[in-house]
Amino acid sequence: MAVLTEEQTMLRDMAAEWVPDRAPVTAFRRVAHEKLGHDPELWAEIAGTMGWAGILVPEEHGGSDFGYLSMGLVLEEMGRTLVASPLIATGVLGVAALRLGGDAEQQTAWLARIATGEAIVAFACDEDGRHDPANVKLTAKRDGDGFRLDGVKAPVSEGVSARLLIVAARDEAGKIVLLLVPGDAAGVTRTRLDRIDGREAALIRFDGVTVGADAALTGGAALLDRVLDRGRAALAAEMLGSATQAFETTIDYLKTRVQFGQLIGSFQALQHRAVAMQGELLMTRSAVEAALTALDEDRDDAPMLVSLAKAIAGDTLRLCSREMVQMHGGIGMTEEHDAGLYYKRSATADATGGNSAFHRERYARLAGY
Amino acid sequence: MSEAFRAEARAWMEDNFPPSLAFKNPVPYQNDAPYAEGDPDWIVWRDRMAEKGWGAPGWPKIYGGGELGHAEIKILTEEMRRIGAFNPMKMTGYTMLGPTLLEFGTEEQKAQHLPGVAAGTSRWCQGFSEPGAGSDLASLQTRCVDMGDHYLVEGQKIWTSGANHADWCFALVRTDTSSKQGGISFLLIDMKSEGVETRPITLISGSTHFCEMFLNAVKVPKDNLVGELNKGWGIAKRLLQFERDSLSEGRGEGVPLLPLAQERVGTDADGRIADSDLRTRLVAHAMRAQAYNLTMGRIAAEGKAGQRNDALVPVLKNLGSDVAQVRADLIMEILGEQGLGWSGEGYSDVELDASHQWLHARAFSIYGGSFEIQNNIAAKVLLGLPSAPAPGR
Ligand SMILES: Cc1cc2nc3c(=O)[nH]c(=O)nc-3n(C[C@H](O)[C@H](O)[C@H](O)COP(=O)(O)OP(=O)(O)OC[C@H]3O[C@@H](n4cnc5c(N)ncnc54)[C@H](O)[C@@H]3O)c2cc1C
Repeated sequence: MAVLTEEQTMLRDMAAEWVPDRAPVTAFRRVAHEKLGHDPELWAEIAGTMGWAGILVPEEHGGSDFGYLSMGLVLEEMGRTLVASPLIATGVLGVAALRLGGDAEQQTAWLARIATGEAIVAFACDEDGRHDPANVKLTAKRDGDGFRLDGVKAPVSEGVSARLLIVAARDEAGKIVLLLVPGDAAGVTRTRLDRIDGREAALIRFDGVTVGADAALTGGAALLDRVLDRGRAALAAEMLGSATQAFETTIDYLKTRVQFGQLIGSFQALQHRAVAMQGELLMTRSAVEAALTALDEDRDDAPMLVSLAKAIAGDTLRLCSREMVQMHGGIGMTEEHDAGLYYKRSATADATGGNSAFHRERYARLAGY
Repeated sequence: MSEAFRAEARAWMEDNFPPSLAFKNPVPYQNDAPYAEGDPDWIVWRDRMAEKGWGAPGWPKIYGGGELGHAEIKILTEEMRRIGAFNPMKMTGYTMLGPTLLEFGTEEQKAQHLPGVAAGTSRWCQGFSEPGAGSDLASLQTRCVDMGDHYLVEGQKIWTSGANHADWCFALVRTDTSSKQGGISFLLIDMKSEGVETRPITLISGSTHFCEMFLNAVKVPKDNLVGELNKGWGIAKRLLQFERDSLSEGRGEGVPLLPLAQERVGTDADGRIADSDLRTRLVAHAMRAQAYNLTMGRIAAEGKAGQRNDALVPVLKNLGSDVAQVRADLIMEILGEQGLGWSGEGYSDVELDASHQWLHARAFSIYGGSFEIQNNIAAKVLLGLPSAPAPGR
């Protein structure tokens, strides 16, 4: 664990207390079962009572401006119990887009409402079933002062309940532009996607949606990349939490389940793999914390560190959730047990914001391989 | 002669295999009786294969088999694969119970049970595992008491695939508490008997064929004992070999991944899969799957020549489950975010099948004896290594 400030230690302790108490895995099961996307009451607590939606929001807009490492600490705790919330889409991607690419008016219009939890934001980048920011095809044609949008985005996390959509589009010159689109704009059709991890995602069609000139953020493809990196690092922190919990639950089971008259944890075949997982978790934590710190310090090596963190978090969550199923035997294959929930989440979390292969490739390019 | 048989098999398949079943995932048909029996084409296919005796091609004709030799069975398998057909009889009764009864059953038991299995009309389940006896199967507790003119069975089984739709169960029961492995007997239980209750357990893939099975004072005729009293462990070990054998089959097969990757991931200017990292892993898998298939072929050929080494079974089971699990992972990766669907709008049938198969595939290294247990057995039996602190199953 990184050396934390007093403020960060408090934040982490609060999260470690609130999450298992208010949002245990059973709460996630209810949300997933009833296809709620997220629980509005819990979101009100996350944003309002706990103030976590404002961790990246400047103080003048009602946030705490604690930074990315702090946000990561909270997300890690939430990842432990698979909390389904719009925190990354809204409090990280939404805030980052507005802070890095928004003008004073755009920031004033949205940041305070994000900090209170009133406005849920979704960030719409992916198309054609893959994360590939270079492949944005949704068109933004000049229309008077503003733009006219046509295309399809899927999957969009929190895309069903979002009030504000931040949409990556391509203008007539072939350049990327990020646009603020109200969720209820005419021509926007949202379809809920039912995915294996039970979290909220939508397929969103844009049919001649018009927005004004004030909808555009400044920064183009570079902005898109910077915003995505903040979301990826945040997601990697959440994945670290999920992997850690999958691991700890498994270790507990190795210390309880008896076969052949002894605890299964006494078998070296399992012991060695358990220790190997611990090693991967150590490295994942280092990579995640380094990426978040680089973002806080706005360093040039942030993109590489983010790719490192997202790739290793993807691999580690897969490993730990797969072993969670395997080491539990038959019971790990049942719906009733939590192992499958972590395993399912490992696939969607990996694919979101670029999977391990995507980030190895990106790291290779950034490093000059 | 083999070419003549190939021509015959090909023509018969083309005339008789319902095209609607081509390249469909056979697993739900095997596991889920209402699903299978709700598909009229599956019924047609099953009945035609039964009549031909090709559902149990190697069995004697008197039990509904086809009395084919190894070479012909191989051709039959190849011809089915060519058009995406599957053997509708390949269920628990056929893969596990059948070969066991052929080896250990009485004439009456064979005559009573095998024809229904070869016709695909009687469904069987395997009542081995219990809550406290999974990997350590021999610690099972389900009691079976001799009541003079019948047995009385009392206990609980778990993870019993297909119990909720099975007609019969072959179960391991404890008939002597003074010896662990030497107190186990192998019993055939009619699922309609009074006192048999099943409760489905939903799997992570959403499938509900997995069950808990309660046996409350179930009366079982004494003729339903297979082999001798207290000699069930040896029979069970043989049955597990048949199970693992059948689980190793076809693990390296399936729709080719290259065209799917070309379509979904795209190609570069030279026609290579655009994602070079994924490409490398796809190739590694394809090569490994081929090596696995070659191994299976080689071992089958050795078997025909009477040189079969049963000690290899656990190694093959693990290789097969690994190859198949990696394959399921790769399909998901090829499909990307379209491979993450659970149901409904936005996903094609192929995509939904891939995600559910991916979830189901985790069971490959658990059922039929876990990955770890196979390794323990192989270390001991195949390599002759000294016993670990704990014995293998
Ligand atoms: C989909 C599915 C279908 C099934 N169908 C049937 C069925 O039809 N009939 C039936 O009887 N059973 C069935 N089973 C049960 C299956 O055989 C058991 O789940 C399996 O034998 C493992 O037992 P367990 O679940 O009790 O796990 P445990 O034995 O508790 O094992 C837990 C973990 O400990 C490991 N372990 C245990 N002992 C050792 C050791 N000595 N060395 C190293 N590691 C060890 C295991 O490998 C596993 O990873 C099915 C299981 C699944 C998942």
